[in-house]
Amino acid sequence: MKKIKKLITAPVATCLLASAIAFSTSAHSEGLEVRIAYLGFEEDKGPLLSNSFPDPEDSGLKGAEVALRDNNSTGRFLKQTYHLDALHTDDADELYEFATQLHADGVRFFVANLPAEQIRRLHETFGDDALLFNAGSKDDALRVNECIPGLLHTLPSRAMLADALGQWLAARRWNKWLLVTGQTEDDKAYAAAIRRAADRFGGRIVAEKEWDFDTDLRRTAQQELPMFTRASDYDVVIVADERGDFGEYLLYNTWLPRPVAGTQGLMPTGWHKAVEAWGAAQLHSRFERHADRWMNELDYASWAGVRTVGEAVAAIKTTELKDVRAFILSDDFQLAGFKGRRLEYRPWSGQLKQPIPLVHPRALVSQSPQEGFLHPVTDLDTLGFDAPESQCHVK
Amino acid sequence: MFKKRLLTGLIAGALFSTPLFAGTAFISNERDNTISVIDTNSWEVVKTFDVGMRPRGILLSSDYSKLYICASDSDRVEIYDAKTFEFITDLPSGDDPEQFALHPNDRLLFIANEDDDIVSVVDTETHQVLAQIEVGIEPEGMGVSPDGKWAVNTSETTNMLHWIDTETLELVDNTVIDQRPRHVEFTHDSQRLWASAEIGGTVTIYDVDSRDEIHKINFEIKGVHPDRIQPVGIQLTQDGRYAFVALGPANHVAMIDQQTYEVLEYFLVGRRVWGVGLTPDDKYVISTNGVSGDVSVIDVEKREVIKTLKVGRYPWGVVAAP
Repeated sequence: MKKIKKLITAPVATCLLASAIAFSTSAHSEGLEVRIAYLGFEEDKGPLLSNSFPDPEDSGLKGAEVALRDNNSTGRFLKQTYHLDALHTDDADELYEFATQLHADGVRFFVANLPAEQIRRLHETFGDDALLFNAGSKDDALRVNECIPGLLHTLPSRAMLADALGQWLAARRWNKWLLVTGQTEDDKAYAAAIRRAADRFGGRIVAEKEWDFDTDLRRTAQQELPMFTRASDYDVVIVADERGDFGEYLLYNTWLPRPVAGTQGLMPTGWHKAVEAWGAAQLHSRFERHADRWMNELDYASWAGVRTVGEAVAAIKTTELKDVRAFILSDDFQLAGFKGRRLEYRPWSGQLKQPIPLVHPRALVSQSPQEGFLHPVTDLDTLGFDAPESQCHVK
Repeated sequence: MFKKRLLTGLIAGALFSTPLFAGTAFISNERDNTISVIDTNSWEVVKTFDVGMRPRGILLSSDYSKLYICASDSDRVEIYDAKTFEFITDLPSGDDPEQFALHPNDRLLFIANEDDDIVSVVDTETHQVLAQIEVGIEPEGMGVSPDGKWAVNTSETTNMLHWIDTETLELVDNTVIDQRPRHVEFTHDSQRLWASAEIGGTVTIYDVDSRDEIHKINFEIKGVHPDRIQPVGIQLTQDGRYAFVALGPANHVAMIDQQTYEVLEYFLVGRRVWGVGLTPDDKYVISTNGVSGDVSVIDVEKREVIKTLKVGRYPWGVVAAP
């Protein structure tokens, strides 16, 4: 039986923050109330071989909550109050009903830590009468050919992650890649992004293997994996195992003594504890005080969605949907996202452009874009699908 | 004002003529827990001494006798003798003090507590915490006007300037500014406030009385992407002629006309420059280049970088004495 987990943050006007401070302000905005919805789906990943370190159950939600406090901190000086209506559960229908009810109540800003099909369903219902932040799906199709108006993406796409890794491998001149792919559709999509990155950055995939074993690798990795990774010479093993089923066992068990990268080993990711420069240490410390755990890429994506609404409303001092959307996609919008660069949305795909850290579990190895990968507009657009490759223009 | 400047000039002149009383610059090395002491005549590191953990903000008392350091990870402000480098005492600072500013009366120390969203005000003589003022998220930059009336704090995530009345120690106004404000500096006549926005890429100048924006400076360096131009530290010469702004990962320091706001020069320095300090005679600018672990010395009159010195790991702040 499926266990339903529900984490609801009732409309929390974090007035706590605004306690007993007398202040006047230079900005004129009388009592603006801003409601933001957070929808979090906790996916059932199925049985995993590598199950000793389960992911947090509230990934995403905690990021949204910290961002709400950040918004209210600016808001209290501007007489703006932000509210979060949040539901985090593994019941897709319940999430859908929650969202439609909020929409009927007038909520127009939705941070959706949801799989692609649930995001599509919401869009079909709301049309462009809502601003949706995709903070849960790395699906490239959502960004490249579906062209959903009013949909922005704060989570990096698979193509961005694969390109970040591809650039770094090119910089290291590790050009021969062995690609190992799991069996889910997501794994196959990740592998496709890796192949695309190989084409773009001069990688050569010397062999591809699909993982279809059903042994328990916790006991037999040492026997199974060296044979499984036999191939002519390769510089690196790239693994596409998004669920975290078998990938962890590849490390140190490859036929040739080579590093592992991709969904395990050296990972391109939207966010990680090891990112500590550019003020990130302060965001981590705020987050950890609130959530009592490390902040991950889903937390960061939801944080960025809620903060985007906060930055836009603070700047233009209205909650009108069309004004907020236009401002977010304009040249005037920028988000300070603790990644050393100002973050903006791509007007063609609605994707938040951002540097991508490359991490192993305990340290930052590098951050892409790598030096020397040039672009006529900004090197951040060397990661993921660029304007000419996309059929969309969501602006 | 003029009298004071003349006096400083005379003293500096007198001291510079005798090598016995060489000028001194102090550099806080964030990842080494040390202070580098630089002789500003010979431009050499003459001493390195240990301090508390993660030293960042650094300043001198008005008579240059005491050196104050924010030891961020030790959660305290430490005071050293600026001549002998001996530890004198420490002050309660609240958690994670990053930048601070000393009132001209040498009593009130305003400390930005980055992790707690407050500004602590500490009496340097009684060691009492006089007030804790709630500000925005990640308070960072801290400045006190030379006339002693205003303390201004910047909050990096809230993106505001918070104006504190130094008499009542209350927050009286908040001004929205570009993304990630890092540093504020008052002009020596206390009429204007310069504030840098790291991610916004700008320096904004405010009229102190009205707190209105007067001007916004944008930077442009050939061959450097605008994203990399991230203004942090600011220094203003006492004669009102020049301003110097550290531009972070752009690896340049900008020299600006303090009156017309025109950018006059860009000096190439070391990597990720955050801090700038002027010698008391306004003749030299010292920049702290965090990633390259060195400082660059700019000769103001010649308008050129005359020297680069290796210091500790991740040099953060700089202050100079005659």
